Amino acid sequence: MTFGQALLEALESLSGNKLRSGLTVLGIVIGVAAVIAMLAVGNGAQASITGSISSIGTNLLFVFRGSADGPQGPGGGNRSGNNDRPLTLADAEAIDDPFAAPSVESVAPVIQGNGVLAFGGENSTTTISGVTPDYSMVRNLEMSEGEFINQEHILGRMSVVVLGPEAADTIFGRHDGVVGETIRIEGQPFRVIGVLVARGGGAFGSEDGEAYIPFTTAQARLIKRGSPDQIDILFVQATSAESVPQASDEIANILRQRHRTPIGDDDFTVFTQQDFLQTFEAITGVLTIFLGGIAGISLLVGGIGIMNIMLVSVTERTREIGLRKALGARKKDILLQFLTESSLLSLIGGIIGILFGWLIAFVVGKVATATGNNFVPIVGTDAIVLSTSFSAIIGLFFGIYPASRAASLEPVEALRYE
Amino acid sequence: MDWVIEARDLVKTYKMGEVLVEALRGVSFNIRRGEVVSIMGPSGSGKSTMMNTLGCLDRPTAGEYILDGESVASLNDDQLASVRNRKIGFVFQSFNLLSRQTAITNVELPLRYSGMNDGRRARAMEALQAVGLGDRMTHRPYELSGGQQQRVAVARAIVNNPAIIMADEPTGNLDSKVGKEIMNLLLNLNKELGTTLIIVTHDPTIAEQTQRVIRLRDGLLESSGEQLEGMKQ
Repeated sequence: MTFGQALLEALESLSGNKLRSGLTVLGIVIGVAAVIAMLAVGNGAQASITGSISSIGTNLLFVFRGSADGPQGPGGGNRSGNNDRPLTLADAEAIDDPFAAPSVESVAPVIQGNGVLAFGGENSTTTISGVTPDYSMVRNLEMSEGEFINQEHILGRMSVVVLGPEAADTIFGRHDGVVGETIRIEGQPFRVIGVLVARGGGAFGSEDGEAYIPFTTAQARLIKRGSPDQIDILFVQATSAESVPQASDEIANILRQRHRTPIGDDDFTVFTQQDFLQTFEAITGVLTIFLGGIAGISLLVGGIGIMNIMLVSVTERTREIGLRKALGARKKDILLQFLTESSLLSLIGGIIGILFGWLIAFVVGKVATATGNNFVPIVGTDAIVLSTSFSAIIGLFFGIYPASRAASLEPVEALRYE
Repeated sequence: MDWVIEARDLVKTYKMGEVLVEALRGVSFNIRRGEVVSIMGPSGSGKSTMMNTLGCLDRPTAGEYILDGESVASLNDDQLASVRNRKIGFVFQSFNLLSRQTAITNVELPLRYSGMNDGRRARAMEALQAVGLGDRMTHRPYELSGGQQQRVAVARAIVNNPAIIMADEPTGNLDSKVGKEIMNLLLNLNKELGTTLIIVTHDPTIAEQTQRVIRLRDGLLESSGEQLEGMKQ
């Protein structure tokens, strides 16, 4: 008996009991669809996060207050530690020294707080960042109109503001032709001098909705801190992507000296973009494996369903098996027949499951886009190959026991079976 | 003599739970090529065991069995399957057709297992025509009467040109008129093709139509019917 004939017979036999075959296939469909969809969502999340981190710029470093290894955890810069010295403008200036830190291109100290923007009847609460002119260069900001904060604004502690496009949309209903308007921030009048180009999501979420004012203005009037020249976060640009690790070391040395902390007991954290990437890749990697694992369990359950049905089928068809043996079927003929049936079940389930999983991933992507998240699930060939081969193996594995039971039936016994 | 079956001291014992059953206790007989033989005996006489052994569905515990010149008593399962496929055609009381398959596919089944690929359909058609069902080839078993189903089974039995046809109560599930038709069909095929016909039955009217009757009782040969042969011919 050739494989083609076995396939044909298996198809006939499966279509002879459509409801049962359908329900058995459903188990595999759900399993494979779950694996495909979960891996797609996991991969999509990873790609979306790494993409937005990369868009920040590859030679960027962040310096926070507080130790990454300490009880506050990473990113604890905005919270005040017990004995951690805050970062100050003097720290920023020291890092900006080209002799002490040759790998550092420029430094942008930032002080951040929340405030209410108001224009006409519209108002909204957003993040207000006090920044220096270097901030624009360090963060690669582009202006859609107007200009960024310059040294004059800093020295004069002027009441000017640069808006993110979303922030402009929120209070003006548009983001062009707003330069020259005067808005109120926490009740104080500020003149709009520029609007930024939209950038989408970033490592800290979207920054398109923020407002930027001169550092000195923020310090003096809007964002009060314990000590007058305290800063919240320091953005540092390295001279090149290759010099990022070196810059990180230089910054750490300067801050250790200035804060008089021993090595290993830092009260600050230098975070590079590479660190972000690695951290998020580790997180999404674990997430993907976790989701895929759970989906894999449902595939296993589907496989057990196949085995169950094949065992029932072997029992039901004992007489048929006996007859086939009487007519000259060898062990391997019967084995092939039942293995073909079980593999076919799981293969059909696998194919439908791939399509179904693809559909789920597609819908998830649509929903994410509709709700404003820049997130596209990725159905990788690896996921397809993985789940197809896994389901075929499951069909074979869970088919082997029933098939070998069928093949080893004694013809005399099988023919006598009622 | 041209023997198609030579059985020497066939013994078959098997365990049913703890009890050892001696189904055959040393049976010897020969069957000539082309002969029509019936095997009779009350239930428990070893009739079924004899048919399973002669049909190569089972191996004897002891003794020698030569089928069509081939010693088959000690073959393994797959070799036995091959012998069944090439040398034996089975006709069962309950037809045993594959219910989802058409008549012609049912008849083709032994050819599939013999590895024949070309001309399978043509051979199956010939066999169906030989049993008078040339016009029912694409019907499925449930679309056929009992007699027609048994004819399909007979076609399946002769499709491989076997040395012997083993018929186990071939008319048991049919009314007497249709039963007679099936018997005539089998006897005609024996005449035309020269195929040895062995019928296991408990029906004396069937046995009367055969050339010789082998009677079993308690696992032993009661009579091999050799004397009957002389009377009939």
